[in-house]
Formats: sequence, C-alpha cells, structure tokens
Amino acid sequence: MSYQKRSAWRKRFTPINILIVFFTIFFVVYFVFPFYWQLTTSLRTPANLTAIPPQLFPNPLYFTRYIHIFAETAFPLNVRNSLITSSATTITCLAFSVLSSYSIARLKVPGHRAILIGVLVVSMLPAVAIVGPLYLSFRRLSLINTLPGLIIAYTAFFLPFTMWFLTSFFKTIPPDLEEAATIDGCTPLQALFRIIIPLSAPAVFTIAMLVFIFSWNEFLFAFTFTTSDSIRTYPVGLIMFRGLWNVPWGDLSAASTVVTVPIVIIVLAAQRYVIQGLTAGAVKG
Amino acid sequence: MKIRTGGLTKHQLGYILIAPSLLLIAFVSLYPFLTTIWYSFHSMRLNLPNAAQPFVGFKNYSLLIGSERFLNSIGLTFLFASTFVAIQLVFGLFIALVLNLNFVGRAFVRASILIPWAMALVITALLWQWMYNAVFGVVNAMLLQTGIIKTPIDWLGASASSAYFAVMIVDVWRNTPFMAIIILAGLQSIPTELYEAATIDGAGRVQCFFAITLPQLKHAILVALLFRSIDAFRAFDILYVLTQGGPGTSTEIGSLFAYRMLFQFLDFGRGSAATVMLALFTTILSIAYIRTIRVED
Repeated sequence: MSYQKRSAWRKRFTPINILIVFFTIFFVVYFVFPFYWQLTTSLRTPANLTAIPPQLFPNPLYFTRYIHIFAETAFPLNVRNSLITSSATTITCLAFSVLSSYSIARLKVPGHRAILIGVLVVSMLPAVAIVGPLYLSFRRLSLINTLPGLIIAYTAFFLPFTMWFLTSFFKTIPPDLEEAATIDGCTPLQALFRIIIPLSAPAVFTIAMLVFIFSWNEFLFAFTFTTSDSIRTYPVGLIMFRGLWNVPWGDLSAASTVVTVPIVIIVLAAQRYVIQGLTAGAVKG
Repeated sequence: MKIRTGGLTKHQLGYILIAPSLLLIAFVSLYPFLTTIWYSFHSMRLNLPNAAQPFVGFKNYSLLIGSERFLNSIGLTFLFASTFVAIQLVFGLFIALVLNLNFVGRAFVRASILIPWAMALVITALLWQWMYNAVFGVVNAMLLQTGIIKTPIDWLGASASSAYFAVMIVDVWRNTPFMAIIILAGLQSIPTELYEAATIDGAGRVQCFFAITLPQLKHAILVALLFRSIDAFRAFDILYVLTQGGPGTSTEIGSLFAYRMLFQFLDFGRGSAATVMLALFTTILSIAYIRTIRVED
C-alpha cells in the first residue's frame, strides 16, 4: 500500500467515523426492529409465540392467524369502516381546502391572515379539550356511532393543515397565468379549476396522502364516538381485541401487520412527498 | 381590470369559498372548545343527569389545583414533554447530519426512519406492550441474554421509573424521525459557500459544525422543538394504550387525567377545567410557534 492510499484509508476510519457508523446502524435497528417483530410475531406458531427466549427467525411459519382474523372477527368490518372514513375524509378535506386556500391565497379576503392564524391555533388545541362537548353535540344530532360523524370530525381536524399547505403552495404559482386567463374571460373559479388545480397536482397528492394516513390512524375520537363493531374503525377494533386477562398477541400482530404494511409501502414509495409534506406543514406552515 | 364573478365582487366570492371550511372548523373545534370553557365554570355531573348544573365560578379550578393527582399529571406532562423532546432533538440532529452526508445506503437509512411514523399510535403502543411483556417479551429476552439484567423486569408495571423509561423509549422511537426530517430540511438550506469559505480559512469539521451548522440551524431547531412540545402536551393515544397511566398514576399525564375525569367519572365540570388548563399551555406554545414561522402576507 502506498503512503497516500494508507493515509486516505486512515482518514476514512477515524474513530469519529467509526462511531458515526455504529450509531447509524444502532438507529436503523432501533427504528426497524419493532416492525420486524410485529411481522414475525404474526407468523409464529402458538407454541413459538410463548417460547423463552423467543426465536429471532420464526420457524416454521404459521399463516393461520391471517385467515382467522378475516373469517372470525370484526376486523374486516373495522378495516372497511376505516377505509370509508379515511377516503371520505380525504375527499371532503381536499374539496373544502382547495376552495378556502384559493380564497386566502388569491382572492385575499379581508382578514385572511387572521383567519389562517386563528385556524392554526384552534387546530393545536388538545383533542381532550374538544372531545367532551363535541360528544354531546354529536349525541344531540344523532351523529354518535356513525361514520358520517367521524368523517365530519376528521375533516374539520385536518382542514387547518391542508389549508395552510395549499395556501402556501398556491402562493408559489405565478399569477401571470391566471391574469392572462382572466383577460380571456375566465371567471376566478374557472381559473382555479383549469389553471391552479392542475398546476398543484403534486401538492394535492401530498396532502391527500397525509390526510388519508392521519385519519387512517386516528384513535381518540373514533374510540369515544363509536360503540358498535359495525361502525368501529380498526384502531378501536384492535383495542377491543385485547381481552381483560388474555391478550391474543398473535392475532393482534397479524391484524396490525395487515393495516400497517400498505401504509409503510405507500410512505416508502412516496417518501419524497411525505418528507416535503411534513416539512412544509411544520416549517412554512 | 374587470373580473367576471357572476355579479359578485372578488371578496364576496372569497367569503363564499372560505365559508364551508370555517363553519366546519367552528362547529367541530371552536364551538366545543368555547363550551369546554363554559362547562369549566359549572358543576356538571353527567352521572347525575337530573342534578342542577349551577355556575360555580372558579371552584373546579381550585379543586384541581388542590388535588395531588391533577398536579402530578401536570408535572408529568412537563417532565415527559421536556425530557422526551430533548432526547429527540439530540438523536434527530445526529440522524439529520448523517442523512445529509453522501454514503452508500443513505436511501435505506432514510426509509428506515419513516417506518415508526407510518404506524398508527395505537399499533405502536400495542406492539411495544408485547415487546415489553414481562414473560415472553423480546426486550427482556435481549437484556437477559446479553447479561444486562439478571431477572426479567415488568417494564410497564414494576415501578414509576421503569415505566417512565419504557414510555420514553417508545416516544423517542416514534417522534425522533419527525425531528430528523425537519432538521434535515434546515441543513439542506444552508448555503454550501459558507463551508467552502470556512474550509479555505482552515476550519475543521468540528469547528464548521459549531460555527456554521448550529447557528444556521437555529430556526429549524426552534420550529421543531415548539412543534414537538405542542404535540407532547396533546399526547394521548400511546399512554392510554400502553400504560393506562400506570402503574398507579405514575404515567398519567394531563390529557389522560382529563379524559378520565370526563368519560370515566363523567365529571364534565372538573374535566373541562383540566383541559382548559392544558389548552392554555398549548396555546402559549402555538403562539410562540406561529411567531417563529413568521406568517407572511
């Protein structure tokens, strides 16, 4: 080895670099291992589930739980409810926030800045400060234990986020295009639908995905507002799985895997958008 | 220039477009919150449906402030928020710095930090509860096999300190990725010329970090800290599922205490007063947050 090569080699393997690699591996294992454990727990035979110490790689693999949770529990019903709720929330949230963000960013209604700030402050209130009276309101309106009740609540909760995100995105679109269209006789609404929305496709996609994930994972309101299996979403359904003495960890991990894997795939496939969405949501507001 | 809006002025149209969103937020968030404030000044026992609900002034508040359990829950909220967020900041900063380097496997590291974030909080809590299981849990198995502990520990039930430690590991697992993502965005917006100039002047890596990186990151870090702190004050799901506030009340943070007052004891007066005090803290933090992100016109 020449002297130069050796010094380059030494430069790469300084103690500090070795430490960095060590900690990076540690964090990757820390973040990924629980997900791996969930997946493999669901695939352990009943005997292996209670083996001490547990096997790191379960052998043989056991798929019966996946059949069991779909055939004999309320889980498929709960997943259906989650799908309906999350999809409807995403659509209504997008529809409402496209209109209101356009109103703020382009039509600049008087007080738009105060509106934006007020909406954000309200959205940061703790959920427990809202859930009590909302429960009583919903009871009066017969919205307790209904999917529309959940959809209304979720739409309102995630609207501030989508309004902020879309407003700041709309502001980045150069106004020249709309001005030209307006001169050609376009109304503001036509300009919104023909120019702004098509140009905002990436932003709309980002918030659609994030709102879907937020409502897919919501627990507190679903837990408080739903009382029967036919209406419960899956996070509440999973809590109901948990008996008083005997927790079916195998079934729970199978059900958890079923509802988590699609989201993990979406998030990894669209990670650029997820990261942009989270960053813009927090930093630019 | 004249804009055709079907007889409406631009601002009238603007109000029509924004009305549905504002009405919905008013109905689902603002009105219930104002009602909560109203309830907090009344005696409201929903388990006694026929009882009168008289105005009681600040009695609910003074009862709470005199209650050891409530003070404990607020103290825990502050303890959890400050210590967990501080650890997340250090870890998040490290991960962001690593992700800002060019190396083989960077995409893999970036993907791995998104996994905790993709899981529902309920699932996170159930999964860790299983991993912490005193008899069959993988956490004990690992610690026993490496000789770190001699006998299995019931992490979530043994003592206040073991539960605190266990909850911390879950919360850090879940929320460090968010911190890392925000700080990474801050790192990527630092102009590279700053480093080039410093390197020409003979600054080393450590000097660059303290003279350029940290000062330039101040804003991103502040935003991330405030955002995470607000979230920590609102936290509910993980603890509600993982420990139910136990053992005893040793992990019963403010939101758990308030939820129990409301829906377990059905004392809407005192429960509402507790949530109003929590909301006070989050509102102070969110005003600081909004001032930090500087809303432009």
